[in-house]
Amino acid sequence: MSKRFGRLVLLAAAAWGGAMSAANAGDITFWTWRQEDRAAYTTLFAEFTKANPDIHVKFEAFAAENYNTIVSTALAGGKGADVLHTRAYGGLEQFAKAGYLLPLDTTNVPELANLSPDALKSETLRADGKVYSLSSASQTLGLLINKDIFAKAGVTPPKTWDELLAACKTLKAAGVTPIANGSATGWTDEIFAGIFTNPMLGRGFVDDVVAGRTNFADPPYVNALTHLLALRDYMPDGYTGIDYATSQQLFLSGRAAIFAGGSFEIANFRKQNPKLNMDFIAPPAPKAGEPQPVTVYFDGGYAVNAKSPDQADAIKLVRWMGTKQYGDKFEALLGNISPIKGVTSDDPLIAKVSELNSVAMPYIMLAYFRFDTPTGSELLQGGMQKMMAGTVTPQQVGTDLTDGIAHYYKPFQKK
Amino acid sequence: MRRAGHWRLGAWIGVLLTPAFVVMLGFVAWPMVAAFGYAFRSFDSLSVSHFVGLRNFADVLFHTPYAAWTWRAFEHNVIVFVALMGLQNGLAYLLAFALLKALPGHRVHQVIVFLPVVLSAIIVGFLWKLFLHPLFGLVNALTGLLGFAPHPWLGDDHTALGSIIFANGWHWVGFPALIFLAGMQRISRETMEAARLDGATDRVLLTRIIWPLVAPSATIVFTLTFIGSFNWFELPYVMAGLDGSPAGATDVLGLYFYRTAFGSVSSGLQDFGHGSALAVLMFAFIAVISAISLRILRRREIEI
Repeated sequence: MSKRFGRLVLLAAAAWGGAMSAANAGDITFWTWRQEDRAAYTTLFAEFTKANPDIHVKFEAFAAENYNTIVSTALAGGKGADVLHTRAYGGLEQFAKAGYLLPLDTTNVPELANLSPDALKSETLRADGKVYSLSSASQTLGLLINKDIFAKAGVTPPKTWDELLAACKTLKAAGVTPIANGSATGWTDEIFAGIFTNPMLGRGFVDDVVAGRTNFADPPYVNALTHLLALRDYMPDGYTGIDYATSQQLFLSGRAAIFAGGSFEIANFRKQNPKLNMDFIAPPAPKAGEPQPVTVYFDGGYAVNAKSPDQADAIKLVRWMGTKQYGDKFEALLGNISPIKGVTSDDPLIAKVSELNSVAMPYIMLAYFRFDTPTGSELLQGGMQKMMAGTVTPQQVGTDLTDGIAHYYKPFQKK
Repeated sequence: MRRAGHWRLGAWIGVLLTPAFVVMLGFVAWPMVAAFGYAFRSFDSLSVSHFVGLRNFADVLFHTPYAAWTWRAFEHNVIVFVALMGLQNGLAYLLAFALLKALPGHRVHQVIVFLPVVLSAIIVGFLWKLFLHPLFGLVNALTGLLGFAPHPWLGDDHTALGSIIFANGWHWVGFPALIFLAGMQRISRETMEAARLDGATDRVLLTRIIWPLVAPSATIVFTLTFIGSFNWFELPYVMAGLDGSPAGATDVLGLYFYRTAFGSVSSGLQDFGHGSALAVLMFAFIAVISAISLRILRRREIEI
């Protein structure tokens, strides 16, 4: 145990050292958990320095699983980077609430006007209604499909639930695994559930659940969850033991036809297998003619450290990160969707995702139930793993979800 | 003259000890004291807020949703401890005896048995995660040859914890084996030969003669296994992830503490108050039980 605390202190020391190394005037630091984006950010920051010759930005990345710990220790000690990549929703709240981040508004960062209300909401602290971070990317959850496999099996991309099941059946008969996803990695289960249940629930469900008119134990949600059980036949053998990395590899190697996941996979998939002929499609509608919403959320933002000694320079950088010029470059370099208005992409797949975003639903657990313990996310992730393994029913998952959230969510307590 | 020499020696030792002392104080003692303090406080997100007395402790022990998680994790730690004592250390005892008999090739086997111990837990975890993979794992390939259907070892809540315990046993069995072997080699040749002349079989030798005489080794093995089992973290973290996948079937106190205090990447929140309370409880439990069992085991050594 003491070993773990020792490690924490070591991390803090490392973070402090990192902060000290940036103490030169005109040098500011940027911290992120996106190690894989180093090259892109280096290019972007060089671009910034061209326009602001006296400011140099130093890129520092930390492992995603330790990022929160490192940032929180550094900030608690009054240190840390000048500009921080923050997470959104509940993940932002813990930093903003503690007063570690500078509140942003249209006076200090006029570029906030370039963002949609949904994007601003994702980086707003619920307690004071202030924005603390400028959204960096929006992510779209839907289905990635291997067009070559579909064509070879003579299957067209499914538009309805029945078409999806029929397509899966044909693909399985053709000897490919229809769906690449397994259930061993918790967070992917939540994404999997969100993608397929959202079209069945519809936008109205979100309003109802937030207002407390319905909950997750009621028939609409339980019914949507029940549908997922039919997909188990089309997932890889031993899907309960298939983790995220394996699912990715199954799809990348052409052994599986459909990967339920996020637009954040696109750049990575292309890098790993440039020959992969993939498409991004919306999840199936319950019935023909009904909408097929994708799930959209914002997964991070750029915030200014409230204790930064170079705050003016830090604000300059964040302002630049809110411009269309930055958004265009960001999309081109990272293949991520920029939330900045007016940004367009030359990449047909990215352009397609942007187009799908016009019919979208929120990522329910992330946007509304990831602020208190137990989070809706942890409850749903565990519940999904059990449900897909067949040890609990969808009704039980719905009831556990509702009861768990009811500990802190008043609208669920009355019911 | 002598006094001055003493003083100089003392100062010299003091100077040499200072760095280690400072490091221990700063990186071991202070964090533990700090965690103890945090356990009695409420956290408003990341900033320490007010003193809440024993509420964090009450929450993690008795109140939903924490209590159910705490007891589930504790139960798993107990299973891990019992399984490792029986399987890993039992096998280690037999292996030590086999090595003691100095059968042909025992030197090579001694190295083989001890080899995995030098690997890092992270490597062992990844290795066994691959071996146990449902689609291209070595284990399923072997059981397939015997005619068994492929099984998702780490995905099935009935086999997940057992699989990780097995990997742990594979990794560590050499260590208790070495301790037992050292203990056995200290037994005098006459004792063993006398027993043999009286017609003692291997079984009798193992249970009646050797076992009591390696009591000091058993004390070390028991204590280390106990501490290791209740601090278990690296292997389940690598093989099952922070959530104790699937659905908490492999959740142990170490993972649960880490998840509570520092937050899971994509599902949970940071909560230092409850996390520290858990850490303090774990520390107290391990310290108290270790101390008691050491007393009992030491007494046993002397009696025999």
